[in-house]
Amino acid sequence: MAYKKRLDGRKFDELRPITAEVGVIPNAIGSAYFKIGKTGAYAAVYGPRDLYPRFLKNPKRGVLRCNYNMMPFSGAGDRVRPGTSRRSKEISLVTNQALLPVVNLDDFPNSVVDVFVELNETDAGSRCAGICAASMALADAGIEMKDLVGAISIGIVDGQVVLDLDYQEEAYKDGHVADVPMAYIPSMDKISLLQCDGRIKKDDLLKGLEMGKKAAKQLIEIQKKALKAKFEVPK
Amino acid sequence: MEKGKLLIKDKEVVVPGEVLAQGMSYLPSQGTYRKGNDVIASKLGLARVEGNVVKIIPVSGRYLPKKGDVIIAKVTDINIAGWTVDTNSAYRAMLSMKDATSDFIRRGSDLTRYFDIDDYMVTKIFNVTSQNLVDLTMKGPGLKKLEGGRIMTVSPSKVPRIIGKQGSMVSMIKQATSCNIIVGQNGVVFVKGINPEDEILTVKTIKKIEEESHVAGLTDKIKEFLDKKSKKR
Repeated sequence: MAYKKRLDGRKFDELRPITAEVGVIPNAIGSAYFKIGKTGAYAAVYGPRDLYPRFLKNPKRGVLRCNYNMMPFSGAGDRVRPGTSRRSKEISLVTNQALLPVVNLDDFPNSVVDVFVELNETDAGSRCAGICAASMALADAGIEMKDLVGAISIGIVDGQVVLDLDYQEEAYKDGHVADVPMAYIPSMDKISLLQCDGRIKKDDLLKGLEMGKKAAKQLIEIQKKALKAKFEVPK
Repeated sequence: MEKGKLLIKDKEVVVPGEVLAQGMSYLPSQGTYRKGNDVIASKLGLARVEGNVVKIIPVSGRYLPKKGDVIIAKVTDINIAGWTVDTNSAYRAMLSMKDATSDFIRRGSDLTRYFDIDDYMVTKIFNVTSQNLVDLTMKGPGLKKLEGGRIMTVSPSKVPRIIGKQGSMVSMIKQATSCNIIVGQNGVVFVKGINPEDEILTVKTIKKIEEESHVAGLTDKIKEFLDKKSKKR
């Protein structure tokens, strides 16, 4: 275990500094901005609205459609090619599946709720930031939800279990790195997103998941605070 | 039975997933659900406690068509049997010929004589199916085609605030600005005044109500705002 101290001086179970704001996009029905460290995500919710193409319609309940996109200038150096890629398609899908257990669209058959997640800066953990932003934006849009969703990455850096990896840790050269993004729904005690990049031992994963669950609860508190801040009585 | 515990105050802003009350003596209503012993919020809004019933008044969200609502809608298409109308919701509505007018319309005649594309109308929802197919009617008091004036949209959840108790808020604005105002349940508002300045003041006032709808003592605040503005002119 060579990784004794984190590169940015955080504790092993410490989150990066977070800012969260709701209602940042006036034209959207609901919107939010979530920033964790140097990763920032905007989420805008439109709908429920008419769904086209028609074959996507579900006559039993509304459809949730998430779209994840990195802005061209968001990466560290290289320009991100605009448009969908294999990666953004995958992340759109997992974002959708992470949020699906909480949203209830039974009242809106044949319609769609569109969630657009745009990242203006990325420094690892972007899908998790996107899910947090989308969770707030959906609540802001007045969509019926069982709970909010907290998403965070856990992982291994050179044998050490850590929370919320940033890019320099993900790119750590002197040892093995595993990156495990997860999303957690506290009221159901459900993990709605779990991916893994790298190798991780079972014990480490379980330890990490506990860490992640605790952090997700913290993230949800931050989301709640941001949502309520919108309705503070102006002085 | 054990007495339940209420964890929030009346009229407090709550978010989805927040536990509102514990114990079986509290009952979940609109915007809440029960999980085990707890009553949990499922919408963002103001919590209301009425006796032992806990419900949420949503502060945002799109309009969901409801039978009996009077709305302001816009014609988007004309087809054989009538008009397709945009209701500012997820669903389009149908206004059939027989519900639109009591005139006899000859087969193949020009329907734009009654409603053209982009025309606005005050109309009433008389049926909504389980799949949210909406039927409209123009037969009823106050239902008509709208001419002139201007259209603005507000969040449908703010409509009760704009109307006020027994229409107190809207009649106050009407008096102060001498504008004709029609508020549709779907959040579309029609404003028509004698001169444009009146209309602009009305639009501004309604926007102010929309922004501060969750603040207590709003009526007095708006009254003050209107007094100040109308003195200036």
